[in-house]
Amino acid sequence: MAAVATCDSVAGSTGSAVATASKRNVTSFQKRGPRASGTNDSGPRLVSIAGTRPSVRNGQLLVSTGLPALDQLLGGGLAVGTVLLIEEDKYNIYSPLLFKYFLAEGIVNGHTLLVASAKEDPANILQELPAPLLDDKCKKEFDEDVYNHKTPESNIKMKIAWRYQLLPKMEQIGPVSSSRFGHYYDASKRMPQELIEASNWHGFFLPEKISSTLKVEPCSLTPGYTKLLQFIQNIIYEEGFDGSNPQKKQRNILRIGIQNLGSPLWGDDICCAENGGNSHSLTKFLYVLRGLLRTSLSACIITMPTHLIQNKAIIARVTNLSDIVVGLESFIGSERETNPLYKDYHGLIHIRQIPRLNNLICDESDVKDLAFKLKRKLFTIEGWRKSLWSFPNLKI
Amino acid sequence: MFVELNNLLNTTPDRAEQGKLTLLCDAKTDGSFLVHHFLSFYLKANCKVCFVALIQSFSHYSIVGQKLGVSLTMARERGQLVFLEGLKSAVDVVFQAQKEPQPLQFLREANAGNLKPLFEFVREALKPVDSGEARWTYPVLLVDDLSVLLSLGMGAVAVLDFIHYCRATVCWELKGNMVVLVHDSGDAEDEENDILLNGLSHQSHLILRAEGLATGFCRDVHGQLRILWRRPSQSTAQRDQSFTYQYKIQDKSVSFFAKGMSPAVL
Repeated sequence: MAAVATCDSVAGSTGSAVATASKRNVTSFQKRGPRASGTNDSGPRLVSIAGTRPSVRNGQLLVSTGLPALDQLLGGGLAVGTVLLIEEDKYNIYSPLLFKYFLAEGIVNGHTLLVASAKEDPANILQELPAPLLDDKCKKEFDEDVYNHKTPESNIKMKIAWRYQLLPKMEQIGPVSSSRFGHYYDASKRMPQELIEASNWHGFFLPEKISSTLKVEPCSLTPGYTKLLQFIQNIIYEEGFDGSNPQKKQRNILRIGIQNLGSPLWGDDICCAENGGNSHSLTKFLYVLRGLLRTSLSACIITMPTHLIQNKAIIARVTNLSDIVVGLESFIGSERETNPLYKDYHGLIHIRQIPRLNNLICDESDVKDLAFKLKRKLFTIEGWRKSLWSFPNLKI
Repeated sequence: MFVELNNLLNTTPDRAEQGKLTLLCDAKTDGSFLVHHFLSFYLKANCKVCFVALIQSFSHYSIVGQKLGVSLTMARERGQLVFLEGLKSAVDVVFQAQKEPQPLQFLREANAGNLKPLFEFVREALKPVDSGEARWTYPVLLVDDLSVLLSLGMGAVAVLDFIHYCRATVCWELKGNMVVLVHDSGDAEDEENDILLNGLSHQSHLILRAEGLATGFCRDVHGQLRILWRRPSQSTAQRDQSFTYQYKIQDKSVSFFAKGMSPAVL
């Protein structure tokens, strides 16, 4: 039963991240609170982490995707330990927005970020994040502070007060669930520099990493994917997201964002050739990535140009290997751009797959025809069929 | 296990047939509720179960199993359940070089190998213990799901070979049962998957096919289940029986009804 022993309790390999993780069993797929039947997973009760909340249905720990409308459609949010795959729209205009909302939500909540891209330097991506919107309550307090102080110092005091509005309320000793889950962002403004600098983030820019000689394990993935997997595994292990360093400071979530996965810039040829030599590289990568996520407190967003993938079978396999799949279809350049039915919207959103985690059923939304629009500030998602009933001159 | 499904299949945990291969297949919907059903069914039937779970983690099955009345952790502790968690094992294999061959060793190899280490694992897990007393009734192999092996670089022929070896050992030699899940890709033109699905359909005794409704999403009817009994070894003197039911999945059970007879409609 040697193989079984290695699977169940990774004995004999000291200092490995996965060994300690399996002993601690920090997956978030634990029911909150003590279980009735005896279990040997006596893991620590999950302390409230900023920016997370338990799912109503099964106690699963959820994080916000950065778009409260999308959170609602996904049944409350993105479950920790899962992958959100965004199928990019044709000209890659709106999917970077969703990507940035996810990262911005991480900064506002104080989560650690890991940004991987083959096209853009992660530092530049972070500079372009949208600014969080102040809500009315914060605005009132902000105005009050201005009136209470004399003018010469008021400038400095305003800055401090304003900063405190935006930082997550982690310093409070009260229950963390009082802080908001899901924030709204202003797409026309940039995230303040102080917030970005105060956050903890790691960047993986492929052209830089591919030249350095990291220890490469023999594996049949393309070198870009192998390096990225090792990078992610390093961060998870060193910063203790898999529970391997119990004496570290309070627990946090790692938000991983991978942009344009599968595009030729990653060294993968599934977008160029129908039956390329590396046709299993992407699916293997996704499988191992999910294995890493399931044993750590992390959530991942991936944008993928699926409209470029030549082999339809690969798209089906990628969908089966991801947890949540959301497709974006923008109207730019299509006949729908001039169709009066769609005049208020910029594109359609398709929720292609929602996982059934720890459950037989999942929270599917009843509205299946969803459209999005990017107004001056906000990105909103609505069911679009109601516009059919709003013709002013319709006479029955 | 779902009592209504047991009635439809005409079995109970006490008197289930042995030596059978059951194929679970889903098209345009999620057929994992069938896996949970068979897992709890065979655990209740006091069988020794080897579960090769390639797609989800142990706690997922454990939490659903509790809703269905079985405790996977207790089953694992007393040796009734041997659980291979594919995701965790894959991370071990890829990031650390292990000395002994792992069940998912093929992840480290550049070209498509074979599934021999996985078969060795299954054989080792289900071999009868010579302790003199028979604790478990018969062995069962459960695989969720086989299409993942194709995504990980295995060819359809390698997977069919693996199933063939397992069938020879588990079904014929040890008189146990096998249940495997394969996704039907439908119009995605996944040739390897079609080869695998067709090959398995010809070998299996019972095929349960969960399909999404042709008309799309419905709140009250989640899908349609086709049950097909086959006699692969005998001549086709008698026609294979086939039934179709529609189902709705609830929190702890699944209710089945004839087509068009959903309680929401009547």
